[in-house]
Amino acid sequence: MKPAPFAYAKARSLDHAIELLGRDEARLLAGGQSLMATLNMRLSAPKLLIDLNGVAALGGIAVKDGTIEIGALTRHIEAERSADIAKHAPLIALAMPHIGHPAIRNRGTLGGSLAFADPAAELPACLLALNGELEIAGPKGKRTVKAEDFFKGLFETALGPQDVLTAIRVPAATKDTRVGFAEFARRHGDYAMVGLAAAARADGKGLAGLRLAYFGVGATPVRAKKAEAALANGHVDDAVTALASDLDPSADVQADGATKRHLAGVLLRRVAKQLMEPRA
Amino acid sequence: MKITEDSPSALTALDRPNSYIGRSVPRPNMARLMQGRAQFVSDVTLPRMAHAAFVRSPHAHAKIKSIDSSAAKQAPGVVAVVTGAELSKVITPWVGVLTHLKGLKSAPQHAIAVDRACWAGEAVCAVVARSRAEAEDACELVQIEYEELIAVTDAETALDAKTLVIHPELGDNLTFERVHTAGNPEQGFKAADAVVETTFVFGRHTGVTNEPRAIVADWNAGDQRMTVYQGTQAPHMMQNLFAKHLGLQEHQVRVLTKDVGGSFGIKVHTYADEMAIVALSKLLKRPVKFVADRIESFVTDIHARDHRVKARIGVKNDGTITAWEIDDLTGIGPYSVYPRTSGIEANQVVNLTGGPYTCPNYKARARVVFLNKNVMCQYRAVGHPIATAVTEGLVELAAAKIGMDPLELRRRNLIADDAHPSQGPSGIKFEALSHHAALAHLDSMMNYAGLRAEQAALRQKGIYRGIGFASFVEVTNPSAAFYGVGGAKISAQDGATVRLDATGAVFCHIGVTEQGQGAEAVTAQCVASAFGVPIERVRVIMGDTDNTPYGGGTWASRAAGIGGEAAWQAGKALRQNVVAIAGSILQAKPDTLDIRNGVVVDRDTGKERIGLDEVARIAYFRPDTLPTGVQAELVATRHYVPRAWAFSFTNGIQASYLEVDTDSGFVKLLNHWCVEDCGTVINPQLVDEQIRGGVVQGLGAALFEQCVYDDRGQLLNGNMADYLVPMAMEMPDIECAHVVTPTADSELGAKGAGEAGTAGAPGCVMNAINDALRPLGAAALTDMPFTPGKILRALGKV
Amino acid sequence: MSEHRCDIKLTVNGETISETVEARTTLVDFLREALSLTGSHVGCEHGVCGACTVRVDGVIVRGCLMLAAQCDGAKVETIEGVSDAGEIADLQAAFERRNALQCGFCTPGMLLTAQELLRGGGVPSRDKIREQISGNYCRCTGYQAIVDAIEAVAQERAEAKR
Repeated sequence: MKPAPFAYAKARSLDHAIELLGRDEARLLAGGQSLMATLNMRLSAPKLLIDLNGVAALGGIAVKDGTIEIGALTRHIEAERSADIAKHAPLIALAMPHIGHPAIRNRGTLGGSLAFADPAAELPACLLALNGELEIAGPKGKRTVKAEDFFKGLFETALGPQDVLTAIRVPAATKDTRVGFAEFARRHGDYAMVGLAAAARADGKGLAGLRLAYFGVGATPVRAKKAEAALANGHVDDAVTALASDLDPSADVQADGATKRHLAGVLLRRVAKQLMEPRA
Repeated sequence: MKITEDSPSALTALDRPNSYIGRSVPRPNMARLMQGRAQFVSDVTLPRMAHAAFVRSPHAHAKIKSIDSSAAKQAPGVVAVVTGAELSKVITPWVGVLTHLKGLKSAPQHAIAVDRACWAGEAVCAVVARSRAEAEDACELVQIEYEELIAVTDAETALDAKTLVIHPELGDNLTFERVHTAGNPEQGFKAADAVVETTFVFGRHTGVTNEPRAIVADWNAGDQRMTVYQGTQAPHMMQNLFAKHLGLQEHQVRVLTKDVGGSFGIKVHTYADEMAIVALSKLLKRPVKFVADRIESFVTDIHARDHRVKARIGVKNDGTITAWEIDDLTGIGPYSVYPRTSGIEANQVVNLTGGPYTCPNYKARARVVFLNKNVMCQYRAVGHPIATAVTEGLVELAAAKIGMDPLELRRRNLIADDAHPSQGPSGIKFEALSHHAALAHLDSMMNYAGLRAEQAALRQKGIYRGIGFASFVEVTNPSAAFYGVGGAKISAQDGATVRLDATGAVFCHIGVTEQGQGAEAVTAQCVASAFGVPIERVRVIMGDTDNTPYGGGTWASRAAGIGGEAAWQAGKALRQNVVAIAGSILQAKPDTLDIRNGVVVDRDTGKERIGLDEVARIAYFRPDTLPTGVQAELVATRHYVPRAWAFSFTNGIQASYLEVDTDSGFVKLLNHWCVEDCGTVINPQLVDEQIRGGVVQGLGAALFEQCVYDDRGQLLNGNMADYLVPMAMEMPDIECAHVVTPTADSELGAKGAGEAGTAGAPGCVMNAINDALRPLGAAALTDMPFTPGKILRALGKV
Repeated sequence: MSEHRCDIKLTVNGETISETVEARTTLVDFLREALSLTGSHVGCEHGVCGACTVRVDGVIVRGCLMLAAQCDGAKVETIEGVSDAGEIADLQAAFERRNALQCGFCTPGMLLTAQELLRGGGVPSRDKIREQISGNYCRCTGYQAIVDAIEAVAQERAEAKR
């Protein structure tokens, strides 16, 4: 189980990476924690691998103007330990320990996870729940895409062939911010059977701007909009019932669709409790 | 040498002055393993060595219409591209049958498929290249035209008249059938106040050894010898088979087994691709290496279990079990695996069901059918987890039905500790077991009454915990009855040769092998104790057919009980030889002397007389000073094979305490206990760790592991992300304890302990889950693994 | 420039190494095959089993999910180097005392993973220890002995600090 031959180039800069992407069957390598496995199994066989590690412009965590910006090359371990993320993007902090294992988190990057867009991964759902946006650089310059418009299909995103995901931006949390995160994975660190990332603003006794983003239930992370409406009004039971029309999970090797749908309801009740609690 | 746990045996025969029996001596091979200085087969590199990769059939059943290897042969680094037809000129096919499993049939299997592939993953063509990567590159260039055939993938319909027969020459898809009736089951069921009937289903498992299968074959055309570095449990068996199928004499084949990264029965079989490697080496006259990658491991390492057992139990209101009945069906691969066959697991299910209990009324049928899936064969605790879960599942369902405590029902039916020798309902013979002592110990060790109270209190709070048990019997120390009588050249005996070197240290060459169980340490303990030296002075040589006495290797929990006894006897024999020479030197009668801590002493007073180094010095360098006619024999060999009993059965009982999240169907394992009786405990720590590791393999079966096939014979989860092995976070701590009933067949009295954990754990967890969910009116769960989905269905939530 | 072969210079266990590697060669294959450091093992090659765990620039990584080419300029440490330096002698002694390995194939990766937790100081809970090694597969032991050994070393080290 060895990768098919490929050429390797270390990108010296963002522009260099974009330029290299112009070549035939080129692919970006960030943390490599998903990509390398698919290369080893020859499930993908690019002709050129462009290593982004070392492009300093892709790193860094910054808070400005009510927004937290996280460089695409930020590693999971950095995010897990970041005081800024804990404070300003608490949902991401909540999700971090569920991702893989220590050696994976030491290497894997946030941008890599988002760009890979595994439907059972935590971060895409977090970004969707946070109404975050993704900064993309391409041959024609930079653009910004909302999380909602980024995840297009199974392992499919708005990234074009010569695009590089450079950063993500999410609104910085305020004292009214409420977040919740829970998932069911068969074993600790596995991809989830079903997971739920949620964000809202406390609004009196209710919740405003509630966004429930499920993962592991479809080709992309999925908003449960009817459940959001019910839960915003404090009706947990109705919200769980509404999931029947919000979600249509299909079976995978770990669970059938009906089980996933049921577990989605269990998660909703658990996350609803988290959302009701003020942040510590 | 630090001994972590010190409880020297009180048994007089073993109670030598510097005995290591019953003491937790650390294993001598650990340091190299921890420093990255071990030598696994995957680490072996030889001059001119080439690497093999295989093109494997993507279809479960297909005619191979043509193979075009021209492009592959031109690829960089390629040494050879070899088809099954070409290789069949070098190595002959085999048929995996045993004559004592009457009616067992199979078809000839080739090292590489010839004309037809019979499972998805079967090797169809080999590529040998300078590196594994280049071999894989060239595999992609081999053009194979297949004609897909109907794949037989459902055991339930494999015998239907309209189902394709995989091997037409065999007449049908039935590999093996056994029917057994004992006592009067019909009358037994009539006499019952309650009958429980259900169907138990067991997932298809595989071993997932951390080091995949690995082999380096080196045919030296000059010496006309084949040296095979192989991660195997049975070097002499493989030596015989390599020689036989390559047309060589056994002495032309040397099998070397160094460190082995896990075995569990996976590495005790003949694998077609490994046979292909020895043939390729012979063909190419150079070393060829093959290390299965993880993806090919999943489709070629033997699978196991995958049984469906319809079962019934009859019970009276006073708890007396009146009858058992099972109907077992299992679908193996397209071939019975060579040479141990794929009929053994079903045969064991028939042998072991009902084994711990007195009820003699028993009706059983087991059928084994061919399927177009990967082959199945013996894996840790062969048949035990199935028979135990069926028996113990029935026992607890019966207890629930008549409203009796499950331990109490066992007390009323387990064979009494003083009733031995005895036999199980299938006729298996027990020398001496201790079911009741083990149960009593477990009861107090786990504080059963306290746990029941806690369980009841938590139920009031909506927390559902369950307690489940599994009593079991375990096959260990197999005699020739297991394989030899069926015609397989698998040694039931083992030998040990012990020799004194010129400094007073001892070498022990032994036929059993080490894959981490601790056979090396146990052998050293036996030799050091019997001969009388500090254990640091014993060096154990294993895993080399050129340099060890002929033996069976390590499987079926035989290494300590059989190999240990051979080592013990050889150590004693050498002691006699050495004191004879010492007597000559000292002008003393040999029977007044002994060897203790490496020194020849007066037996009665313990007074030191002469060091072993001095005896060796005289014997080796100044034999001229010995009296005329005295010849020192500082080597002794002894062999041992169990004769009085076909198997040395052990027994035990396990308990599981777990919590079911009734919202999600997730199970949290809280505690696990095992009390077992493996006879004399040579090394308490090693026995406990065999139990713990075995339990966790059984917990994997209960909750996680299953090879999922679709109806076209494609394995859907053949990787480590999707086939779920137990990882640290989900596993509980496990408490172990022992009752000691030595076997009288050997002086050491040791039985085996490798299967016990795996045998009992799945049934135990099943019973605990059902115990947890019973108050909620859930249907009994009997279909492993118990996934959240299945539990939610039983609760009516999905 | 992109190449199928790359020149790399790195330190491995403190030794400076200059090699030309195929771009596709994973770090673990490079260590095992080019440098004969066979203590890092190949168990699954898809990042699940943890047998290939090595340290790169001070932190543990999967040796099968990184390319050798990516290690140009890096500091790589393997079980051989960490053992020889004596850094985990206490942990190895605890593994021996507790028989926390059987076949030993997972052990190098397990030791390095445990050491990363232990270097953080303090006495982690058994759950935390289990979580730390949750990505390291051991088929033999059932994990309890490993957890015991790591816990014992954490206590010893904390004791020694006092």
